[in-house]
Amino acid sequence: MTPGGTPGAPGVVVVTGVGRYLGAHVAARLAADPRIERVIGVDPAAPNPELADLLAGVERIRLDLDSLGGLLVDLDVDAVVHLALVSAPDPQQGGRAAMKEQNVIGTMQLLAACQRAPRLRKLVVRSSTAAYGVSFRDPAVFTEETEPREVPRGGFGRDILDIEGYVRGFRRRRPGVTATVLRFAPFIGSTADTTLTRYFSQPVVPTVFGRDPRLQFVHFDDALEVLHRSVAEDHPGTYNVAGPGVLSLSQAIRRAGRVAVPVLEPGLAGVASVARNLGIGRYGLDQVDLFVHGRVVDTTRLEREYGFTPRSTAAAFDDFIRAHHGGVVVTRDQLAVAEQLVLEGIRQVRAAVRERS
Amino acid sequence: MSGAEERGEARYDVPLAVPAPDAEPARRNGHRRATMAAAAPAPDADGADVAGDEVAPRKAVAKKAIAKKAVAKKAVAKKAPGGTTGAPGDTGGPAAGRPGDRTAGERPDGVTGAAAPPGPAVADRPGDHWDRKVAKGLAFLRRRLSGDYEVDEFGFDPDLTDAVFHPLVRLLYRDWFRTEVTGVEHVPEAGPGLVVGNHSGTVALDALVLATALHDRHPAHRYLRLLGADLVFRMPVVSEIARKTGGTVACNPDAERLLGNGELVGVFPEGFKGVGKLYADRYKLQRFGRGGFVSAALRTGTPIVPVAIVGGEEIYPMLADIKPLARLLKLPYFPVTPTFPWLGPLGMVPLPSKWLIEFCPPIPTAHLRDSADDPLVVFNLADQVRETIQQTLHKLLERRPDPFGP
Repeated sequence: MTPGGTPGAPGVVVVTGVGRYLGAHVAARLAADPRIERVIGVDPAAPNPELADLLAGVERIRLDLDSLGGLLVDLDVDAVVHLALVSAPDPQQGGRAAMKEQNVIGTMQLLAACQRAPRLRKLVVRSSTAAYGVSFRDPAVFTEETEPREVPRGGFGRDILDIEGYVRGFRRRRPGVTATVLRFAPFIGSTADTTLTRYFSQPVVPTVFGRDPRLQFVHFDDALEVLHRSVAEDHPGTYNVAGPGVLSLSQAIRRAGRVAVPVLEPGLAGVASVARNLGIGRYGLDQVDLFVHGRVVDTTRLEREYGFTPRSTAAAFDDFIRAHHGGVVVTRDQLAVAEQLVLEGIRQVRAAVRERS
Repeated sequence: MSGAEERGEARYDVPLAVPAPDAEPARRNGHRRATMAAAAPAPDADGADVAGDEVAPRKAVAKKAIAKKAVAKKAVAKKAPGGTTGAPGDTGGPAAGRPGDRTAGERPDGVTGAAAPPGPAVADRPGDHWDRKVAKGLAFLRRRLSGDYEVDEFGFDPDLTDAVFHPLVRLLYRDWFRTEVTGVEHVPEAGPGLVVGNHSGTVALDALVLATALHDRHPAHRYLRLLGADLVFRMPVVSEIARKTGGTVACNPDAERLLGNGELVGVFPEGFKGVGKLYADRYKLQRFGRGGFVSAALRTGTPIVPVAIVGGEEIYPMLADIKPLARLLKLPYFPVTPTFPWLGPLGMVPLPSKWLIEFCPPIPTAHLRDSADDPLVVFNLADQVRETIQQTLHKLLERRPDPFGP
């Protein structure tokens, strides 16, 4: 009857979405932890060839989330880590309809399966700070208790709200299960490949005219650490996961040495859809809203309960810049040299004028 | 005159910063000359107060001195070009070696004093004010272009505020409105404080003037973190100016967070009712809403500092409010002033009224911490603040018989 593994750490862990970057890294990290006996990766699709090496220590099962119920019972699963979320519609994978299918319906099916798994004692769900929605009346800093004032326009934000609603229902029905919801700020890091890292990698970066949102990032490695601790330790509740500190968008673009091109807001959604159709980027209303309103969360609860402080937003972004210096338009050193040249020029002109007078 | 005698007695146990008005005409109280005099002997790095008349004689002296040294300076510039690139010390540039400069020996303190953080070297003589200004400006530009500055979680950007926002508003409040500030000693030196003022003027310039004047006059040069209506944060550009200069949306979570961080927060509880009132209602305090500012102060135990601002009502005297047009444009009001909209953009120039700002003694709230949700306590305290501001307004108005006086 007693669950396997050391106290706190579960014996058998199921990780969903191992075919994707985050899921594969989390599964590999959990498999490397000696306290955890068995890590089972679930994904309907075969993983990327690049990620296959990573998953050497992970048992992989190609399975849709709707047939998960039997698996959870048969394998005496102790913990489920739900990471199979899609943050932006992919035209090749069926677009927004498939995204919603996976995010919302997938989570419903997973939670239904979890509810019927008698030995389950831990559930970790990936969420996003998009759960706070966007509104002009929002407070500057969101704490975990802040309720969204308006339903977001973007598909991902709406999905996140639905998912968190289902998890709340699950908590009511299975109060014995430790449910952890992690609201992640956008991931960034030297290796992560996300909508935002692609955005900042371009030499010319579109922004919204007259808006300079405050942004927060979480370093990918810190996100892994928090997910790992959520599985190995008991942290029931909802937590914001973000790097302390803030970068404004213009500041981030300048630090990355890129050039910002302000676009009027009414035109931006259109530009985004054109770009999407051309296959340049996958910017949706989620990104437009983020670039109008910005989003900053309070991470006090995470730091207190986990005893862990992610590296700051600025440090995480610096790590990203170091790895993506390819498209840099202006560097700091060039600016410093230019400053010196101008100053020197002004001084020489002034000296010349003085000499003449 | 009677107003002046009143000021001297009872209510203030702390000496006022500015002498009574009958002792000295208002014009002389203006700080412009006083600060100039103070700044002249030791023009410090952030001496933004530059007036042409003051600089002229110094420049003449400097010119002669520099003319002699110009040759030497040029030689240095040629000899040690590497030394000049050593400026941005914080970016890890080759800051260490500057032998050419050192041996030339003509810039002993200019290097460290004028442009301490990342400022470049070759200041050709310690007293060269303009050179330092140029160097400082360029260093600022470089910092901005490379993103080398800090922004807090509310979006406040002290670097930009000090370099651009405050100097602009300073021109307005000092030279255009001839603002006199009294009672700054009532604003706490450190720790949280809630500054509550009357709102006026059709365009809320009073908030900007209050923030800058407080920063300039306060001994600790504290920043006032203003709370603005959500309309401000709906508008592009304006919203970002508001955030970068320290503002945020007026809501209790933000107010309590700022106060919890020990910041000085500025609120105008009248809101649009105060800004958008007709000229006929000038200096009549409007309703104070639900008193949300009081509960924020109570929850954090923050002292409330009432402040009365006289002069804001005359800058754009609102004669009428075209309500249908306001509804159409989704604005709280559409003003008609003697100059707007008749003169077009020229109507946007504020009339040069005379401004008086007085900070009143703080009202402590630490003992009422548990009553933050008690409506009676909240309303009573809000009324007390309102009464204090209203009485101080009347008193200040007596001191200023002519709204456009000197």
